Amino acid sequence: MLKFLLIISFFQILSHTLHSQNWTEKNIAVFDEFKDFEFLLEGKNDTTYIVNFWATWCGPCVKELPYFEELHSTYKEPIIILLVSLDFKKHLDKKVVPFLNKHNIQSDVVLLEDGRANDWIDKVDPSWSGAIPITMIYKDGEKKFFEQEFHSTEELIEAIGSVK
Amino acid sequence: MKNSFASFFAIGALLPALFLIFGQTHGGYHVGDTVADFTLKSTSGNYVSLSDYKDAKGYIVTFTCNHCPYAIMYEDRFVELHNKYAPMGYPVIAINPNDPAVKPEDSFDNMAVRAAEKSFPFVYLFDDQQKLFPVFGATKTPHIYLLDGDMKVRYIGALDDSPKDPDAVEVKYVENAIAAIEAGEKIDPETTKAIGCSIKVADK
Repeated sequence: MLKFLLIISFFQILSHTLHSQNWTEKNIAVFDEFKDFEFLLEGKNDTTYIVNFWATWCGPCVKELPYFEELHSTYKEPIIILLVSLDFKKHLDKKVVPFLNKHNIQSDVVLLEDGRANDWIDKVDPSWSGAIPITMIYKDGEKKFFEQEFHSTEELIEAIGSVK
Repeated sequence: MKNSFASFFAIGALLPALFLIFGQTHGGYHVGDTVADFTLKSTSGNYVSLSDYKDAKGYIVTFTCNHCPYAIMYEDRFVELHNKYAPMGYPVIAINPNDPAVKPEDSFDNMAVRAAEKSFPFVYLFDDQQKLFPVFGATKTPHIYLLDGDMKVRYIGALDDSPKDPDAVEVKYVENAIAAIEAGEKIDPETTKAIGCSIKVADK
């Protein structure tokens, strides 16, 4: 009996590590106020850092996510990718979590709930109109803002290369 | 008369379109600019121009659509806005700028369905071939341009400061701007920003 239980638990552990991260609302930080979130918009030493604003309801955002995900396997240098969801907090459980699991998202994800966008849109970037998707790329102490949809991983890598 | 409008309109559309093609998104009207009149088809089947509103003291030009959750959250507020301000001379003029080939939910027929479902008291116009929104410089839905009686742009941006929760609204930007126009006072803020859905244009 004990041996049987050990084998079962071994396979459970194995399958858990073979499958990618299982998303639950517990691994998604929710920021009600931009001031608490702002620290995430700072570059990191020695690591390329990408912040993408998206939402499950945003078609172009969803379409370009795979290209960001692919960077984890194709980008040769250390990279951290943060996907900032503008979905509504009340949809975290029903929409965001299932989406992340279905698409096997490897990047980090947080949710920004702060509804007073006029107060913080300019703090993300003064040229941002408020439409999503947008992407910030931080590299070698520089930051570049992209208000556009990316159509391929190559296009993204090119964008990273353009940050000087 | 119609011909000069048409050619003025065509020139007005070409320049901002060039701006957009070359990647700049700051073309379009700014506060203080005078808007060129336009004619678009409404869900009622009629063609509508700003000049049709003979008694208008202003126009609440509202780029909006069927599919965008942010636009949907504002629908009831747009209805209330029109019901309150159209009798005062400030009609809402809703315009869908999206390409139905990219977003079928935003087709002309679906617009008519939505207008009927929600009993829109305002016109809901279709920016056929997407020629008008680049002239304005609209970048998303919803995106509001408040014009005065001379068709001069007086305010650009969001309706209020709380898209997600109508009960949490603290500042009603458009209503305040209309009150300022009526009182001959300065509008502040003249522009605001808000989250919205990008305008859907087919990839070339």
